[in-house]
Amino acid sequence: MSEFEPKIVAFVCNWCTYAGADLTGTSRIKYSSNVRIVRFPCTGRIDYMLLTKAFAGGADGIIVSGCHPNDCHYTSGNFYARRRWMVFRRLCDFMGIDTRRIIFSWVSAAEGAKWAQIVNSANEEFKKLGPYENYHKLSTQEIFE
Amino acid sequence: MARIGVFICHCGENISATVDCAKVAEAAAKFPGVVHSIDYKYMCSDPGQTLVGNAIKEHNLTGVVVSACSPRMHEPTFRRACAEAGLNPYQCEMANLREHCSWVHERNEKTDDKAIDLVRMLVEKVKRNNALQPIKVPVTKTALVIGGGVAGIQAALDIANAGHKVIMVEREPSIGGHMSQLSETFPTLDCSQCILTPRMVEVAQNPNIKLYTYAEIESVEGFVGNFIVKIRKKAKSIDESKCNGCGLCTTKCPNKKNPNEFELGMAKRPAIYVPFPQAVPNIPVIDKTQCTYYKTGKCKICEKVCQANAIQFDQQDEIIEVPVGAIAICTGFDIKKTDFFPEYGYGKHKDIIDGLQFERLASASGPTAGEIRRPSDGQVPKKIVFVACAGSRDPAKGIEYCSKICCMYTAKHAILYKHKVHDGTAYIFYMDIRAAGKNYDEFTRRAIEEDDAKYIRGRVSKIYERDGKLIVVGADTLMGAQTVEIEADMVVLATAGVANQGAEKLAQILHVSYDQHKFFSEAHPKLKPVETNTAGIYLAGACQSPKDIPESVAAASGVAGKISCLFSNSELTREPLIAVVDRLAPPQYSSCTGCFMCQSVCPYNAIEREEIKDRNGNLVKQLAFINPGLCQGCGTCVAVCKSKSIDIEGYTNSQMYSEVDALLNF
Repeated sequence: MSEFEPKIVAFVCNWCTYAGADLTGTSRIKYSSNVRIVRFPCTGRIDYMLLTKAFAGGADGIIVSGCHPNDCHYTSGNFYARRRWMVFRRLCDFMGIDTRRIIFSWVSAAEGAKWAQIVNSANEEFKKLGPYENYHKLSTQEIFE
Repeated sequence: MARIGVFICHCGENISATVDCAKVAEAAAKFPGVVHSIDYKYMCSDPGQTLVGNAIKEHNLTGVVVSACSPRMHEPTFRRACAEAGLNPYQCEMANLREHCSWVHERNEKTDDKAIDLVRMLVEKVKRNNALQPIKVPVTKTALVIGGGVAGIQAALDIANAGHKVIMVEREPSIGGHMSQLSETFPTLDCSQCILTPRMVEVAQNPNIKLYTYAEIESVEGFVGNFIVKIRKKAKSIDESKCNGCGLCTTKCPNKKNPNEFELGMAKRPAIYVPFPQAVPNIPVIDKTQCTYYKTGKCKICEKVCQANAIQFDQQDEIIEVPVGAIAICTGFDIKKTDFFPEYGYGKHKDIIDGLQFERLASASGPTAGEIRRPSDGQVPKKIVFVACAGSRDPAKGIEYCSKICCMYTAKHAILYKHKVHDGTAYIFYMDIRAAGKNYDEFTRRAIEEDDAKYIRGRVSKIYERDGKLIVVGADTLMGAQTVEIEADMVVLATAGVANQGAEKLAQILHVSYDQHKFFSEAHPKLKPVETNTAGIYLAGACQSPKDIPESVAAASGVAGKISCLFSNSELTREPLIAVVDRLAPPQYSSCTGCFMCQSVCPYNAIEREEIKDRNGNLVKQLAFINPGLCQGCGTCVAVCKSKSIDIEGYTNSQMYSEVDALLNF
């Protein structure tokens, strides 16, 4: 049996992390290929229900990444994202969603290497946690059946 | 029914070397709604774009997914190609198979799977794209130039001469920047002030330019064509309309022992001062931290001697609000001070100076009237050592980059020194001589061959004092790395060029990105060297990276050209990717419940209250209304909307959910 590969979905903002991930490419820095990047205008746009949606659909881990504090292209979207994340994390704890499976980070447009490093370390972390079967079972059996 | 076309680009071999493009195209052809799927060598080439256009017509496509490079690169290209073929440009999306896939992964099955997933995600998204029309907005034909150094001056004059209004904001009491401090310029050795000061005067006299000195940017709001800038005009304690620049106040001020910033601490100045004799505007400033009256409540001598009654001790900072259409950042650079170097004595030896201090010593208007003299005892140094790359190209010091200007100015310093001290010897420790540029290499050869500068290839490990001399210990790597010791009278460090103090704060006010060294980042290193990622904000000069004068001037003229292009339109078109509140039939009018959470998070104050009234004028409902002129499309309101009444074009809820959905079959 081949080694477990977590399914990772990355929610990133267009101006910093997406551009940073572009720079990772331009610099030809390799990272693990089991991550899928979804582009948002700003981390402030990210509706955290999307995270539960991603888990429900089969994701094993999630990365949310935007501009560094004070560097937001839209002034303050990343602050709202962070504030909502603090609240959402409490909700996750309450609902029994494992918050270790959500990695929140800041990656600027100049940090191509940092993006690769975040993806790789997230991959290692999610590998250790194994497939998120508890949640997947919930979503497929009890809700949809 | 959606009819989607998928176009997979090989990008030469950039994508096809890692991703099996034919396999991806084949897989995409089976996605629901996809009616056409092909791969091609260069999608962005002319035949590639024609391919897209023809397919749109032939297959009557309702949406296009180009799977190629980053949308940040070629989205506009393909949207234009779609528009030319009659498809609404906002029905085109790009899947990033190059930067996010082929360049970062190895060639294997998993990479192909990822490419297929990325295409599937965008296919699902594009099915839900709305046909949009660009928004037209007016342009304020006034440019803001931040910084009055040589780059700012050039940009301001070029824009003003194109017939547009310019507002120039300079932090210091005078414009001129670092160039006004220089003695001579390489490679021609013409006097810096002689070429700069006429241009400074031109700025002051140009009717199209409004100059604010001793002023800083407080805040910037708005967007390209329509920025609102608040400028803090710091109190000079002088009524500028009355002052005639006679200078009596500065000569009579009893408090004359303050370090002179323009002379880099090598001279003193009064508390009321004009930074240098040729300052523009020639209006003094009272330094409140030094003035005896502000400190003790007594003195006011300047007020008594001023014939024009221009002294105003109670003057306050003034905030000026101006509308501008474009912004040029020309804030320049700074250099590391000698105290940055522990191995060179932390700046505690008076005779170890930096390059800019040497410029002042060599300048006819400087503290020694152009004679090279040691700051410690005023003696003429007979042996002088120049240390190039002091701090630059030194990862251990956190500065990996080459400061670019030092090789040339160090050669200039050696020449100037020899011209002034005929019996002296100049030694130069260097790593490489980087003299690329017109007449630059000839100039360094001249320093070596005509002016007998002794170039030693190696670095200096230590400088210490012994019997009034500075012992410079270095290596000569061309002589078998042997240790060299020179007993010098004076040492000049060509310290690294660094970002200006306050660059980070300014970047945050303007929302432009900057690199790890706090230099502002250009939108593209090759093709958009003077633009930032924020439309309408441009960069010129050494605020971007260390640059010499010709480069700064060229960039400034480039910025002026860009801004003049922008101002040549009466209206600008903006991306219609903005938030909208849904509307329903009465009696609901909208699903918006009027909680106005969105209003409290909007960074642009773009959300207003709309009142729905019945025919008798009674208030029926309050709704959020988004002003399309102000909305920038961040989407923060969408995420906080409890009733899911707001959506953002281009990133609607249905688009984002279907993207996530499409991904999770992997």
